[in-house]
Amino acid sequence: MSKREDIKKTYKLYIGGKFPRTESGRYIKWTDPKSTTTVNICRGSRKDFRNAVVAARETLCGWSSKTAYNRSQILYRIGEMLEGRRSQFMDELVVQGSTKKGAEKEIDQSIDRLIYYAGWADKYQQIFSRVNPVALPYFNFSYPEPMGVVSAVAPNDSSLIGLVSIIAPIIAGGNTVVVLASEENPLCSITFAEVLHTSDVSGGVVNILTGHRSELVEQFSSHMDVNAIVYCGNKPEEIKLIQENAALNVKRPVVYSDENWFDKNTQDPYRILNTLETKTTWHPVGV
Amino acid sequence: MESFINRIDQVGAQERIARFFSRSIKKKSKINALKAVLSMIDLTTLEGKDSPGKVKQLCYKAVHLHDQFPDLPTVAAICVYPTMVSIAKKSLNNTDINVASVATAFPSGMTSLEYKLNEVRMVVADGADEVDMVISRGKFLQGEYNYVADEIAFVKEACGKAHLKVILETGELVTLDNVRLASDIAMEAGADFIKTSTGKVSPAATPPVVLVMLEAIRDYYKKTGKKIGMKPAGGISKAKLAIQYLVMIKETLGQDWLNADLFRFGASSLANDVLMQIVKQSIGVYQSANYFSLD
Repeated sequence: MSKREDIKKTYKLYIGGKFPRTESGRYIKWTDPKSTTTVNICRGSRKDFRNAVVAARETLCGWSSKTAYNRSQILYRIGEMLEGRRSQFMDELVVQGSTKKGAEKEIDQSIDRLIYYAGWADKYQQIFSRVNPVALPYFNFSYPEPMGVVSAVAPNDSSLIGLVSIIAPIIAGGNTVVVLASEENPLCSITFAEVLHTSDVSGGVVNILTGHRSELVEQFSSHMDVNAIVYCGNKPEEIKLIQENAALNVKRPVVYSDENWFDKNTQDPYRILNTLETKTTWHPVGV
Repeated sequence: MESFINRIDQVGAQERIARFFSRSIKKKSKINALKAVLSMIDLTTLEGKDSPGKVKQLCYKAVHLHDQFPDLPTVAAICVYPTMVSIAKKSLNNTDINVASVATAFPSGMTSLEYKLNEVRMVVADGADEVDMVISRGKFLQGEYNYVADEIAFVKEACGKAHLKVILETGELVTLDNVRLASDIAMEAGADFIKTSTGKVSPAATPPVVLVMLEAIRDYYKKTGKKIGMKPAGGISKAKLAIQYLVMIKETLGQDWLNADLFRFGASSLANDVLMQIVKQSIGVYQSANYFSLD
């Protein structure tokens, strides 16, 4: 009998709830630190990004108008699904160079982080809202609203916990997101897309691209239909580029440099607030 | 009617379309194509809730597509319901933009010939430059081809100087053979344009249907020397698809048809997508619908 061939997974992009190959047809050969595994990773293009933004924009209204309680449940569900796929993430993290213990810790913390933001999803609004004193017969109040479509450049070093730490607060706030996964460790990101796909997150709420940062940061920051950009990294020239491009349509640039995503201090409700904007309403008193 | 019968090779049509759609139009050609698309649009509003205000707004848009951007063409025409013709005509005074009106009990066409002709005379009297009629699909499917042909001929007569576009409503004609037959009947009966759809029935304009109609126009031109126009309508909302249609025209009918006298897009949201592409091509940044006027 002939030896059975393993069926290897094709790592693709995640756009609009589908797993397409890159429109450009380009690939990056990714090899693990021990040089035992080689995988072809999609080298996402600006057109892939454009398509992802279209998908994120289309689904924004549906996602942001869900009740906060419902968004909370869906985030919790992502945590549940990640728990169920623990062994698969273990294997991939180890291939990417983690120790077994390190991988276990990363998965635990990623799940906990999702549950953390699931808890905040239906609480941040009342905490961050306020009634403002005004010298006129109006009832004046301010509350946070989602900014819209957010582009995000995920941390390069920690692939799973970094990705989760970026995505969770953005979508907890009712935004939709197009995220560029870690360039160095891309395997977990696409597998995480499979988790999202089975967690009642509607297609287009989270879109995950892989590819070269240097090539895509320009588009991520200049697209006029993106309302905020979250950048994880510490390259001064990239940060400058993002801040300049953000001025084109006054999108909000949020930069996280030198964060240790394993640290509990990197999770807080203010990170949800980072991609929200305040709406103030004047309501006549006595009507 | 014997001479009308043509058998359409469905697989062949699909294959031909796959070829057209693989053409890559870049850079300068793309910008020229995008501008050409704009100049061929029949900016359309055909809703029961249309108001004079909406029609005036649309007319303003037709003239001022995107004022921040110089050198843009205007659209070819505004397409409205009969009661809105005079309002559109007034709003488009002193422009080259035509007013097209749907007529003949659009979109179903389910009324008597007398009423249809009265409607056509009314819109022409109100100043419509173009009339978009619907054929009687029920009669057509029952095989009453003479009835359909006569009806078109009567409407053409009622149109006077106005151009007549004949809507086949291909989504209800079931087969490509029927599409070809209906195209031939419409052209023989006096249509100036043949048009795919009302936009009220799904599917609307599909590439195979458009190809079959273009081939009918080509064959009719070879036979008689008369150039009939083509108007795909319904479901064309993206610039990319519109450019692919231009490729199809160019390679089926040739350069002569690549202008608003012989080719139109019936669309409402296409204009904004094209504008977004034109601005993207010029400043290099992907655009957002927030920065373009409503249509």
